[in-house]
Amino acid sequence: MNATWSRFNITSVVLGFAFLYLPIVLLIVFSFNESKLVTVWGGFSTKWYVSLFHNQGLMDATWVTARVGVISATVATVLGTLAAITLTRYTRFRGRILFSGMVFAPLVMPEVITGLSLLLLFVAVGLDRGFLTVTLAHITFTMCFVAVVVQSRLVSFDRSLEEAAMDLGAPPVKTFFHITLPVILPAIISGWMLAFTLSLDDLVIASFTSGPGATTLPMKIYSQVRLGVTPEINAACTILIAVVAVGVIIASVANKRREVQRQRDEQAAQRG
Amino acid sequence: MKSLGSIRRDFAPWNDPNAKPYIQFDNVTKKFGDFIAVNNLSLTIFEREFFALLGASGCGKSTLLRMLAGFEEPTAGRILLDGQDLRGIPPYRRPVNMMFQSYALFPHMTVENNIAFGLKQEGMPKPDIEKRVAEMLKLVKLEQFAKRKPHQLSGGQRQRVALARSVAKRPKVLLLDEPLGALDKKLREETQFELMDLQQELGLTFVVVTHDQEEAMTMADRIAIMDKGEVMQVATPAEVYEAPTSRFVAHFVGNVNMFEGKVAERAANTTRITGATGAQIVVENGGNTAAGADIVFAIRPEKIKVSSKKPADAVNALEGEVYDVAYLGDMTVYHIRLDDGQMVRASAMNASRVSEDPLTWNDRAWVSFRPDAGVVLAR
Repeated sequence: MNATWSRFNITSVVLGFAFLYLPIVLLIVFSFNESKLVTVWGGFSTKWYVSLFHNQGLMDATWVTARVGVISATVATVLGTLAAITLTRYTRFRGRILFSGMVFAPLVMPEVITGLSLLLLFVAVGLDRGFLTVTLAHITFTMCFVAVVVQSRLVSFDRSLEEAAMDLGAPPVKTFFHITLPVILPAIISGWMLAFTLSLDDLVIASFTSGPGATTLPMKIYSQVRLGVTPEINAACTILIAVVAVGVIIASVANKRREVQRQRDEQAAQRG
Repeated sequence: MKSLGSIRRDFAPWNDPNAKPYIQFDNVTKKFGDFIAVNNLSLTIFEREFFALLGASGCGKSTLLRMLAGFEEPTAGRILLDGQDLRGIPPYRRPVNMMFQSYALFPHMTVENNIAFGLKQEGMPKPDIEKRVAEMLKLVKLEQFAKRKPHQLSGGQRQRVALARSVAKRPKVLLLDEPLGALDKKLREETQFELMDLQQELGLTFVVVTHDQEEAMTMADRIAIMDKGEVMQVATPAEVYEAPTSRFVAHFVGNVNMFEGKVAERAANTTRITGATGAQIVVENGGNTAAGADIVFAIRPEKIKVSSKKPADAVNALEGEVYDVAYLGDMTVYHIRLDDGQMVRASAMNASRVSEDPLTWNDRAWVSFRPDAGVVLAR
């Protein structure tokens, strides 16, 4: 089909993108606002970015978020990968369908329920709410996302690679670390990044499970906004957007490059 | 030094009653749930033999190979390699290596690391590994591709890397699972001969699984034809083709004409058969059939002569009409409908450019064959 720029097409594209990005553009624009009033443009300034770095509360929250994100994403990746391997490989144990359903249920579980139930658990076992509990909570809810990503890669994994390694004399553990892991590593990395991102922007579950001294950035932003939106928050959000955008762009460019290189190699190989 | 050809010519340990079997399947059964993949199968393979397991998909040939490699354990029976029972020995401790149908090259490793993988597991010293890898690359003529990754190679090159990797450890037995299945026809034919030479050069025992009868006939010393988890016949390619022992084998390998009938008369050297439709056939090798038995007479198309007049000296001659003619260049295939309704396929080499006895559609024709041209099989 030939893409023609009819009036209708242009209108729908403009409307669609405006719908998606207008709020974000507005936020970025007002982060450079001279005026303290959020909705009144008072000239260009970067002073809110400067004052942001002097806001100890926001900086602390950022540090907490980063640590929670890295730790929970890493643990969730290990657990999620193990779950994915078990569920794709050991297809014959009793209740497999029930188990795989149970692993993926948190994907569709309302966050409020996950948060509340975790809170109840922590209270029941007498765990003081703080850094540990919010990290545990994030591991719990991001693990299943990792499992989904890794499992989709494992389904198309050629088992004969492992058989070949064993045939050549590598015991199962060595086979896993030398063959299986390197081959599925890209999926594991994607899983980690997804888990990290989810942890980074989670507000609901963190609100339930966090305690004093472990306020995450989304919680901090939310609580400040309730006292009134300041351009400082806009600046913080703009930085967050920039970090995420850069990450996504780097990942997709690298991916695309690898793809193109691979295709070129394959064509070269076919030519002889 | 003996040439490769003469080694091959004199090689026939299966006819030597004193020869020691190298690989032995002893009443091996393998079940997957209720499905019986291999059914009480016994088979012996000799050292340095090029052995082919031939059969349609699902006949159990791959299962047999995987049991030898150690990926599956037999449900019952035992497998011996050089006198040693293989039960309970995991794949990574068996002195056999396998070349996989998908090649299973490690995508994240270069060609040389792929080949070195098995040697590293053995704990071979580094200089020795380098030497062996170089040797292997030379063997498969891939010296300049050592640093490439598998996806940078063509299909034929990948196949050769897989081969080099599987023989690098000098296994006692090399198992090949449809080794040429992924190659195009021309490359496949070349590679068949390369594989045969390689096997002779390395002096290894090869067990190859294939569904391609031409491939099996070309390469193997002996072929085991399998059906539904059982071995139907084990014999040299010529025996399988010329002296099949069952209807299934006759049908499976090559083209064949089958005449159903009864043994009318049994003499010392000749057996007279009355076809179900009345045709009288005289054969020399009646097998061990008794008079009155229901049998099938099987005869290959190229053993049947087609002519427009009845040959004067023919023992067996049947009349019919040309139903179809297919000119294939090197030969012509005729389908003749005999007057009793039976269809016969006959093929004639086009030895001269112009046929002396041209036959075309709807011509009257005679098919004739010698008494020793076919085989009598139980029905």
